[in-house]
Amino acid sequence: MTAVREAPTQAEPTPPARTGQLAAAARWARRAPLLPALIFTIVVTQLPFVATLVISLMRWNSLDPADRGFAGLDNYAAVFTDPDLRSAIGVTALLTATVVLVSLVLGLGLALLLDRKFAGRGVVRTMLIAPFLVVPVAAALLWKHALYNPEYGLLNGVLTWLFGDDAPQPEWISGMPLLAVEASLVWQWTPFMMLILLAGLQSRPQDAVEAARIDGATAWQVFRYLTLPHLRQYLELGALLGSIYVVQNFDAVFTITSGGLGTANLPYTIYQTFYQAHDYGQASAAGVVVVVGSIVIATFALRVVSSLLREEVRA
Amino acid sequence: MRRLLGLAAWAAGLLFFAPVAWMVLTSLHSESDAATNPPSLAAPITFDSYAEFFDSDPWPPLINSLSASIGSTVLVLLLAIPAAYALSIKKVEKWSDVLFFFLSTKMLPVVAGLLPIYLVAQYTGMLDNISFLVVLYTSMNLPIAVWLMRSFLAEVPGEILEAAALDGAGLVTTLRRVVAPVAMPGIAATSLICFIFSWNELLFARVLTGVVAGTAPVYLTGFVTSQGLFLAKVCAAAVVVSLPVLVAGFAAQDKLVQGLSLGAVK
Repeated sequence: MTAVREAPTQAEPTPPARTGQLAAAARWARRAPLLPALIFTIVVTQLPFVATLVISLMRWNSLDPADRGFAGLDNYAAVFTDPDLRSAIGVTALLTATVVLVSLVLGLGLALLLDRKFAGRGVVRTMLIAPFLVVPVAAALLWKHALYNPEYGLLNGVLTWLFGDDAPQPEWISGMPLLAVEASLVWQWTPFMMLILLAGLQSRPQDAVEAARIDGATAWQVFRYLTLPHLRQYLELGALLGSIYVVQNFDAVFTITSGGLGTANLPYTIYQTFYQAHDYGQASAAGVVVVVGSIVIATFALRVVSSLLREEVRA
Repeated sequence: MRRLLGLAAWAAGLLFFAPVAWMVLTSLHSESDAATNPPSLAAPITFDSYAEFFDSDPWPPLINSLSASIGSTVLVLLLAIPAAYALSIKKVEKWSDVLFFFLSTKMLPVVAGLLPIYLVAQYTGMLDNISFLVVLYTSMNLPIAVWLMRSFLAEVPGEILEAAALDGAGLVTTLRRVVAPVAMPGIAATSLICFIFSWNELLFARVLTGVVAGTAPVYLTGFVTSQGLFLAKVCAAAVVVSLPVLVAGFAAQDKLVQGLSLGAVK
């Protein structure tokens, strides 16, 4: 039936040129509001990457501007053989994975606690969001000086409170530099994870949970077989968005350790290569490496977001 | 059991809030009371650190941050609202590809484009200039704003739009009477989130600005001196610089998740 009905439309003579022009004009009228944003984004975000790609193939040190030329893949060879940059790649992976996973687990715990009614829930929620709303540099300074300082920081102060004058007084930053950076980032990112997971918990269909409870399911069974599968995409979303932001982290590394003591991640190292060593070619090659790494993460991230988008369109 | 879980939630909340509370408390103590071990919780309250902070002429960086954040937020809205309209209400063909293009730009680390951006700024004489930061912050926040505004505009009911068209309502009337009421809270939330991200930004500001256009985060990083006690002053500075973000964040609390997840989570 449908085929028969559709047939005449398809058999219609091709529209005369004027209608074609009108249709094209209508299409451009639709596109017009989009174009400024699109062109702006391409110019400001895409062209620099093309330039980075080109510079990464060049021999270019700003202290020696005369010696500028094509270098082939030399800069990439340097990136992968330079012990600093190699360690930066490892640090970036470790830092990102640790911060994202720990804050995801803590965020899940907090979201589950906040998903039930108790006196003062709004106040607790507000207190939990606060760390995320401290300016990142301010948070890093706070951790470095007010919490970690071995002489008068709060952490060692609490140890003195608990164990008296003989309390251990560890040097937090020089003793465990990477952990110190990670802890401050976990503190800032846990609220982010909690908010996303809480939204996930609150969108969970209540009738299924009630039905399961009536059928005698234990709290653990409800969590394992109903809540967790429902939360899966929110967990993925939190992990991926968190990775995108944490992989780029500069503020905490710059402020707490100044990239010293084996905490220099790629953003910090690139900043340093070009800001202090003036080696433009090598900084760009390192930049391209970061981009390739991010594209791997981003491909997964885009897939998760697009599945959420499809659900919304279907709904 | 229920009571226990409530207590656990309170304990977790207090633990996470403790560093913030400590920052505020330390900023209200004198330098010598701030640097004791064990900590002196009950030391007398003083506003000396705030007075000293404001005496150190923090206004240029604070005003720079304010202009960069507000300037870029306005520019973002001007670009993002029409774009979101073309991606939700009057959809262009392949609208989802366009959306994902915007999102993908957010996933490329800014540090990778830093050098060419620096060279362009140097070449055009835009180093240490707030307008250049405004452009960069706009590009940083535009994808977020497009996604967010799209997710808000998608909530405008299609039937009402059709009814308005049937009643002969023009574009302006439709926008004002039908779209704007739904979009307004979304625009407010989007602006607050863009404001927060611009206000927080350090890397671009650190590399591209100097004495003239330095922003508040850059000023903060230079605030620590190795001379004498400075903890209370640093805390006071951190409180002042964080205050706009805390206010904006709590104001946008309900829409914060939606914004941070680019509209994917309601």
